[in-house]
Amino acid sequence: MSKVASMRDAVAEVVHDGDVVAIEGFTHLISFAAGHEIIRQRKRDLTLARLTPDLIYDQMVAAGTARKLIFSWLGNPGVGGLYAIRRRVESADPAPLELEEYSHFGMVGRYTAGAANLPFYPLRSYFESDLPKANPLIRPIRSPYGDETVYAVPPLKPDVTVVHAQRADAEGNTQMWGLLGCQKEAAFAAERVIIVVEELVDEAVIRADPNRTVIPGLIVDAVVVEPWGAHPSYVQGSYDRDNRFYRDWEGISKDATTTQAWLDEWVYGISGRAEYVEKLGAERVAALKPSGTAPSGSVDYGTYR
Amino acid sequence: MSEQRPVGQPAASGSAAPASAFTKSEMMIVAAARELAGQRVCFVGVGLPNIAVNLARLTVAPTLELVYESGAFGSKPPRLPLSIGDPSIVTGATAIVPMFELFSFYLQGGLVDVGFLGAAQIDRFGNINSTVIGDYEHPKTRLPGSGGACEIAINARQVFVIMRQSKRSFVDKIDFRTSPGNLGGAEAAARIRREQGWLGSGPSVVVTDLGIYHFDDAGEMRLDSIHPGATLDQVRETIGWDPKVAEPLAVTRPPTAEEMRLIREELDPEGAYTK
Repeated sequence: MSKVASMRDAVAEVVHDGDVVAIEGFTHLISFAAGHEIIRQRKRDLTLARLTPDLIYDQMVAAGTARKLIFSWLGNPGVGGLYAIRRRVESADPAPLELEEYSHFGMVGRYTAGAANLPFYPLRSYFESDLPKANPLIRPIRSPYGDETVYAVPPLKPDVTVVHAQRADAEGNTQMWGLLGCQKEAAFAAERVIIVVEELVDEAVIRADPNRTVIPGLIVDAVVVEPWGAHPSYVQGSYDRDNRFYRDWEGISKDATTTQAWLDEWVYGISGRAEYVEKLGAERVAALKPSGTAPSGSVDYGTYR
Repeated sequence: MSEQRPVGQPAASGSAAPASAFTKSEMMIVAAARELAGQRVCFVGVGLPNIAVNLARLTVAPTLELVYESGAFGSKPPRLPLSIGDPSIVTGATAIVPMFELFSFYLQGGLVDVGFLGAAQIDRFGNINSTVIGDYEHPKTRLPGSGGACEIAINARQVFVIMRQSKRSFVDKIDFRTSPGNLGGAEAAARIRREQGWLGSGPSVVVTDLGIYHFDDAGEMRLDSIHPGATLDQVRETIGWDPKVAEPLAVTRPPTAEEMRLIREELDPEGAYTK
């Protein structure tokens, strides 16, 4: 059964006020298109989970969609800060923002425990760090097989996880390559999953390379076809990270007024991703295409009858 | 086919650039890169570590395997990535793995020789703050937080730190301990590491824009080399405690022409890291 839907319908049906939402993707494959649609639909009181909140959560926080952030690294890598989030944390402007903070490994462990239906995930981190004091959900536990102590983090089970990928079939069987982040763990941990892809492919394409299937359609609720839906993040092999925008955001986000003006122009003022791409302009889009191709070799799975 | 620039050759120990020909940041990056000579596997942090490690790969450590927390092992980026999740660390890498595997099998499994970190604040024992300035609940400045730094500091065999010196960053007491260093001193730190089964032995090098520090038997930072053009007065004015200074104090070898060419022409032509 086809699960293909428009972004508008997918977000309207799958994302509800008050949900815990994870739009994952480590630098790569971040669904800005879904984040912007959540802003346009004025969802409220969301708890946003992501290792690196990145520009997408800065924009969603600036738009007033969120009351809480669960994260492990809060910045604009190589550039600076996330100022809409910082305004809410440092001066409760325009309202406080609750933080629940881990390390990267802790966040990965949380999704893993959530996906595997475990009560906690154990890891060798947090020793002699102040993080367990700042977040009492990070707790020491004793090994049942000896006297070793490790730290535990609780499972994270988002109500909704959104994953951007290179391709999926209409049922949501999803293939991706390049940096995988913890997209798989976040999807399996979630109650509902939206897949956003650059390209909708036939089931036969998926079945021809099953090792590349990261998320099975079994756990997917909606498939949205949205080329360039990850911009200004990137899609390996399709388009580059728009570092110019990441640098520009530093100036835009430092001031609440320019941040809102940006949201008006680039989110509220347009109907969806197709219009966004048109607005970016052919020249900018063309400049983000990879400078060359680097195809993988193909492997032979063989047939067995 | 992909259009990749050829990977640079190890720099000959050739001619030194005149002192006026390099900035303090460039000296810092070069000094940090040289510290990686002989290392095998390095976990690369965001920011300054990224350029230092990539310079090392092109000069003193051609066999260095770069590990990025985003899930890349054995990267050979033909351009210097702004972020540590850049597509250029993927194409041509040895392996791309889920972050779960990277942190569980590579880092916690004990395969990482050097964790290379930056920081907002550091104390004399190499404890690192990258979380907040001020009180945690009501911070004056909210910093990015741990990322992978906390588990890198505990599980990498040793930790290198690169950061610019200032009274605000080199402090007597850090506001928040994000990543543990030598805690309150070497003896207690060694005991705790043993008891808790840490894989790492903690910080071993801190490279700044003024000099190179290693850690003495007490687990405290000691200035072993001062960069050309820097003075001991400058060092003391930009550090929140009375620093130990090696006798005799070495002077860091200035960047070679080849190191400068790699930074300015290949790694950072826009000066994003060196300004």
